[in-house]
Amino acid sequence: MLSGIMLIGGILVITRKNPVHSALALIVTLLAQASIYLMLYAPFVAGVQIILYAGGIMVLFLFVIMLVSIDRSMKERQFNSQWVVGIIAATALGGLFIAVFTKGKDIFPEHALPMVENDNTQQLATMLYGQYMFAFEIASLLLLVAIIGAVVMAKKRI
Amino acid sequence: MLAYIKSYLSSSQTPGAAGNMFWVLVYILIIFTGLSIAVMLMTWLERKVLAHMQVRLGPMRVGPHGLLQPIADSLKLLLKEDIIPTEADGFIFWIAPFIVVLAAFTVFVVIPFGPTHAITDMNIGILFMLGVSSLSVLGIVMAGWASNSHYPLIGALRSSAQMVSYEVAMGLAVVSAVLMTSLNAEGTGTLSMIGIVQAQQAQGEWFIFKFFPLGLIAFFIFAVAMIAETNRAPFDLAEAESELTAGFHTEYSGFRWSLFFLSEYTAMIAVSSIAVTLWLGGWLRPFPNWLNSPTWDKAFSLFPGIALLFLAAMCFFNAARMPKHPLFRVQTIGLAVFGIVLGLIGLFLFIPAVSVRVQDIFWFAAKVAGFMYLYIWYRGTFPRYRFDQLMQMGWKVLLPIGLGVLILTAGVALVQQNLWHP
Repeated sequence: MLSGIMLIGGILVITRKNPVHSALALIVTLLAQASIYLMLYAPFVAGVQIILYAGGIMVLFLFVIMLVSIDRSMKERQFNSQWVVGIIAATALGGLFIAVFTKGKDIFPEHALPMVENDNTQQLATMLYGQYMFAFEIASLLLLVAIIGAVVMAKKRI
Repeated sequence: MLAYIKSYLSSSQTPGAAGNMFWVLVYILIIFTGLSIAVMLMTWLERKVLAHMQVRLGPMRVGPHGLLQPIADSLKLLLKEDIIPTEADGFIFWIAPFIVVLAAFTVFVVIPFGPTHAITDMNIGILFMLGVSSLSVLGIVMAGWASNSHYPLIGALRSSAQMVSYEVAMGLAVVSAVLMTSLNAEGTGTLSMIGIVQAQQAQGEWFIFKFFPLGLIAFFIFAVAMIAETNRAPFDLAEAESELTAGFHTEYSGFRWSLFFLSEYTAMIAVSSIAVTLWLGGWLRPFPNWLNSPTWDKAFSLFPGIALLFLAAMCFFNAARMPKHPLFRVQTIGLAVFGIVLGLIGLFLFIPAVSVRVQDIFWFAAKVAGFMYLYIWYRGTFPRYRFDQLMQMGWKVLLPIGLGVLILTAGVALVQQNLWHP
């Protein structure tokens, strides 16, 4: 059912003409995704998903969309008409998913899902700051570079 | 069935953790009614206290000292005509107040009124609270945009910018408090609301006094950010009456407007409960170390009853002071009956079995009530900020201080953990 909500939300995102409606449908999709994380015993990821995507990023999206004049953009021709490329990309991605689904047993190690709901957050922290420390730091550095780049591009005189 | 209901009473878990659906429902109903009554009382108290601060009388006509004013207000709101502007975006206009109310009430799932008095205890409690309360900004933005009018749109834009920027400072303050929970033998912290209070109990110190003055500064940052988060004075730019009529809910009327009103006050109670849980020891009674003998425990458990008896005495005192005019007879009798009811509840709370279960809730509610009074006090005292001043304060003052406090807390905690208790 959750994936059904996600699918409907996703279709609404790309078919609505009004950008605000699209953004709201995207929020529904993201919330459904958070609930799927919850069902996979990943409460921390679900919480972060709600705070960052639904509560933070999407609000900024809406903020920008509302400042743009919507009446004009409604009349403009939509530029999502490259459906040939779209279909090819979608089939390729779908094929990949089906391949993983059918042959997944060979690719990924198989073991029962541990019920780690009680110390999920703590385990995540140990993993992130222990085993994957380097990747984590590199990712944060990348984000810092992106922020500085945005400031440099947006500001005329520094 | 009866055995199923009774089986929970002796447990030491929250109903959600025990998986007892009946008691979960009971708790949800109690919290919902309690909140509604608290919001009604709060509107009365706010008008009364503000009036007295400005040397006015406030509501006096409906009931003794205007006590029935909230009921009259809500009746008026329910009977008002419900208008949807023709140019408005129908569906979004319709759904926006529900999203705000939903976000405001869902938060109460994890708030611990006592070690067993919460609907459920979540592993990610505080994260859940911040996340769900951040969803309410969506409702505000939707309401402002869907009204298709200038004032609401400007109000919604202001409100969203303000809430998104203060959420950052708020998050940093919360992280520094969560970090303090990890100062135990195992060195692992917790995000669960009940776990946070239990950590304060185990360390024998409320986090506001921890690593003085670091805990105090973090608490101060949170206290400022939470006023901005709930769009209250002096940060009520989203609904600044002199500039934007009523901000994002200008076009709403009747029941829908009252939903926004309800959710604003509920959100105030919710963020105050976060502050109480994180820094003021949640349900723990005052002076747990200094006055820690069974006698003092006994004495403190009498407090809820004494507080209600005091209220009852105030009622009788004021009933006696009522003008001796035949027109005031109904009001005098009503006030006296109200006093008798309060007194009976107070006497009921003196039964040891009841007072043991109720005193946690009492201390929690008393601390939250203190915060609610502060809200009114701020509104009566501070002039409204300008928008650029607000942004400057959020990004240039609170955020750097929050980062500094976080780093210092982590450093001090590391030193204490490694050097003093090797």
